[in-house]
Amino acid sequence: MHRRLSTTLFLVLLAVPAFAQDSGTLKKIRDSGGITLGIRESSYPLSYLDEKQQPIGYHIDICNRIVDAVKAKLKLPALKVTHQAVTSQNRIPLVSNGTVDLECGSTTNNEARQKQVAFAPTTFVTNVRMAVKKASGIQSLGQLGGKPVATTTGTTSVQLMRAHEKGKGIDFKEVYGKDHADSFLMLETDRAVAFVMDDNLLAGLIATSKAPNNYAIVGEVLSIEPIAIMLRRGDPEFKKLVDDTVKGLMKKGEIDKLYARWFMSPIPPRQVNLNFPKSELLKFLIESPSDAPAESY
Amino acid sequence: MNYHWNWGVFGEQVKAGEETYLDWLITGLGWTLAVSLAAWLLALLIGIAVGALRTAPSRPIALLGTAWVELFRNIPLLVQMFLWFFVVPEFLPPDWGLWVKQEMPAKEFATAALCLGFFTSARVAEQVRAGIGSLPRGQRDAALALGLTLPQAYRHVILPQALRIVIPPLTSEFMNVFKNSSIAFAIGVMELTFQARQMQEDSEQGIETYLAVTLLYFICAFTANRGMAWIEARTRVPGLIARTS
Repeated sequence: MHRRLSTTLFLVLLAVPAFAQDSGTLKKIRDSGGITLGIRESSYPLSYLDEKQQPIGYHIDICNRIVDAVKAKLKLPALKVTHQAVTSQNRIPLVSNGTVDLECGSTTNNEARQKQVAFAPTTFVTNVRMAVKKASGIQSLGQLGGKPVATTTGTTSVQLMRAHEKGKGIDFKEVYGKDHADSFLMLETDRAVAFVMDDNLLAGLIATSKAPNNYAIVGEVLSIEPIAIMLRRGDPEFKKLVDDTVKGLMKKGEIDKLYARWFMSPIPPRQVNLNFPKSELLKFLIESPSDAPAESY
Repeated sequence: MNYHWNWGVFGEQVKAGEETYLDWLITGLGWTLAVSLAAWLLALLIGIAVGALRTAPSRPIALLGTAWVELFRNIPLLVQMFLWFFVVPEFLPPDWGLWVKQEMPAKEFATAALCLGFFTSARVAEQVRAGIGSLPRGQRDAALALGLTLPQAYRHVILPQALRIVIPPLTSEFMNVFKNSSIAFAIGVMELTFQARQMQEDSEQGIETYLAVTLLYFICAFTANRGMAWIEARTRVPGLIARTS
């Protein structure tokens, strides 16, 4: 019994690398006649679902340009495009194991992730700040001493808060939502007085909340994070195609039009305008594109 | 698969702090044990009482027991967690509600232990009721005929036998408590599943993380299993239940 079990296990382990062997994303796309895009369901306005459950957003538009470039390069105009919803938890495994070829979501490019995956040039920069109820009068992290502060499990904001806490000697009580909607609910129901997260996500949550005028994004910037489209590591051919496409959009100023469409004008599903102008760093990164990780800013 | 393996990750320091990832998992294990054991204690106390109530000769009392069981076993555990955490405080007077939401010490832990305890108590109650039901009618009648009051009959004759009979299904429940405690991450208890998600996000070594957490849950549940087996062997009354193993 034991011998048979260990033999089976051994065979299974042998088989895993055999069928997961990598040989370039472009070859994979040519052989299968299809490309799979990883999308998010509620990362406003980078990648989310509209009323018809179709993926839309700033990064989806950019990814569609990359898909066009792939079609042109492989001379495959009828390339089949599949969308696969991903989460913060599974996006990196799904890219590295080949389920998703290009992740068009809201992923921070950092050093730990660069060990597993590669990133296109940074197309968005988010600042980690906090959302509060206007009535609370809170303007700065220093006012949060002893108060409950919400953030979402499994995000980098948790570590940022802890680091800031140690640095400034402020002691706040961290409370955790399992996703952004839950964390916002904590702020809404007074379980937390502030919600620390990427400012574009906070702006999206506030804009779609019941009473957008009751909330404000305030306080110092805890971290600056470059957000980029993600692809498999160790695939220079595909990486060059993605990089060239994104850099092309930046050089020709097309990226500015896409930015204006998603960040500076009314967007579905509720036609709210996020009014979220480009940061100085993003302007700089459009001038001189880079895929450097967050640690270098 | 294009995965960068790193089994040494557990000894590495987390990004913002002096502790290692192993410290995170140990803290998580501590909270998992605390939530599970507190919930199990609550579940046993309430479950035995409610199970006994359901077999009481008085109809209103039996109905009360039935109501408890049906309330807690017909709602998904995750929904119950959210109900206790987000909904119940809104029905308290505003001052109390705010205290529960912001000031109450260990509020996530208390909510999770209470919720998991109530949920499991409904299941324990059903098993205790089944155990009592499996006893011959004569046991109760004989106890009453000897002059014991009904509570005394439960205390000295019925429950000692019924509880011995239901140790095997209670073992499964005890193991379930450890596994179900993973849902507490949803309201922010920093238990094993919570720490696993944090560690995965911080280190990007998801496969190693979840394998380690799987092993820790297995050890918890299996220890519970062995502990209950020991109790089962120690409390066995020769001749009462046939030896099956």
